[in-house]
Amino acid sequence: MENEPLLNSLQTGFPEATIAIGSDWPEMSIESTQLLEVIEKLKGSDNWDFNYLFCETCVDWKTHFTMVYHLSSTQFRHSMVLKAKVDREIPQIESVVKFYKTAEMLEREVYDLFGIQFLNHPDLRRLLLTEDWVGYPLRKDYHDPINMIKL
Amino acid sequence: MRNVVDTTPEGNMVLNVGPQHPSTHGVLHLFITVNGETILNLDPNIGYIHRSIEKMCESLSYRQFIYSTSRMDYLSAHMNNHGCALTVEKGLQVEVPERAEVIRIIISELTRLASHQLWWGSLAMDLGALSPFFYAFREREMITDIMEETCGARLTMNYIVPGGVMADIHPDFQRKVKEFIVQFKSKIGEYHELVTDNVIFQNRTKGIGILSKEDAISYGCTGPTARGSGLSCDIRKIYPYSAYKNIQFKEILETEGDSFARYMVRMREMEESVHIIEQLIDNIPEGEFQAKTKAVLKLPKGEFYTRLETARGELGVYIVSEGGTTPYRIKFRSPGFSNLSALNHMVKGHKIGDLVSVMGTLDLVIPDIDR
Repeated sequence: MENEPLLNSLQTGFPEATIAIGSDWPEMSIESTQLLEVIEKLKGSDNWDFNYLFCETCVDWKTHFTMVYHLSSTQFRHSMVLKAKVDREIPQIESVVKFYKTAEMLEREVYDLFGIQFLNHPDLRRLLLTEDWVGYPLRKDYHDPINMIKL
Repeated sequence: MRNVVDTTPEGNMVLNVGPQHPSTHGVLHLFITVNGETILNLDPNIGYIHRSIEKMCESLSYRQFIYSTSRMDYLSAHMNNHGCALTVEKGLQVEVPERAEVIRIIISELTRLASHQLWWGSLAMDLGALSPFFYAFREREMITDIMEETCGARLTMNYIVPGGVMADIHPDFQRKVKEFIVQFKSKIGEYHELVTDNVIFQNRTKGIGILSKEDAISYGCTGPTARGSGLSCDIRKIYPYSAYKNIQFKEILETEGDSFARYMVRMREMEESVHIIEQLIDNIPEGEFQAKTKAVLKLPKGEFYTRLETARGELGVYIVSEGGTTPYRIKFRSPGFSNLSALNHMVKGHKIGDLVSVMGTLDLVIPDIDR
């Protein structure tokens, strides 16, 4: 599906979500509590078939985090961006491992560098940094006077 | 650090492969649980060469950050730069001159050839045949010489910048590339005679490390790894960028999904890359090699994402801009990271020796995984 018809069909499917065209693909913002049901609908539907998670990451907005999921369909070749707001005090969101196995490593990376707790993740451990590392380096308020090179 | 024990409660042995193992080609550390020779579980421990390039890029300007990406997947340096340049150009809405587009593609395909040749030599070396490495480097050396003349470096090369390329091509460029094509075409048969047709090599790769198409999708595999399983995922073909729209080439697919299929995809891809270069080398348009851009680049507020095909698979460059001269957040979706996540699934039930064959055909570059 092209971006325009995809946007329209997403608007019909998710009337309560905010959807807009981003720089490349439709971007849909949802509540983090709805994540699993939205992804189940996106992946399971015959019209969308978003079976391929090609990027999962997080952005620190200082007041809150945003989890960003880039989804595409290997059958229809369309892509979309899914965004979920995560609270900064209690950084928690459901894991999407049961839909996409690639999320296991991607979520471990996000946990490692942003400190977001993924609920029902099979094996949530630090990935790149050592187990005893203090803090989450990609957060905007992270400071490390020894290891961080200011350029 | 986690405690490494000799045996698990069930009586199975935990073995450390790496971080200084010759077949991991870099500092990859694998915990493998084995029962005799059979692998029961594999747990990659990465991060030995983690430099946090994403955090560093947050304090670098849009002209500077490109140079750190050559240090990620150093064998696809030009493609990494291309991805960053495309993302910045998307934000700035700059039109790149046709000449630059064509030069970029020739350089990218040469990089792909050089990368696959190194992979071919080192895969054979991992599996016990030392001489293919020298055969591969005979041809690879010609590409490295071309790169040295064009951009002044033999490794960690930088040539593609926002707006075009850094400098015009060397006067000898076209002649040397044509010489390389003649040499490569006369020698590719030798590659197949030496390794592909070798019975020992076939026995060690056929039916080993099978990845089904469904798993390739679920694990987010890309590049030759996924194409060996029959998943059509060549970004050059399905979401054409730069000048790939106007070029005739085939997407290479194999369906077996084993190590040999992944091997054949890369071998046939090399011939396809030569075919792409042949179409372009005599048709480089005249004109500027760089568009006029401001000295200090400022991206508008917004989010920009580019997908492109490196030698290893799909690279994603995701820039979140707040309108300043530096990116607010940058994310590199590296192909090796997702391919590595499928390794545990692929080697379960195989012997330790097969791990080398599977890892070799995944073509992992560790700085690309760790970033």
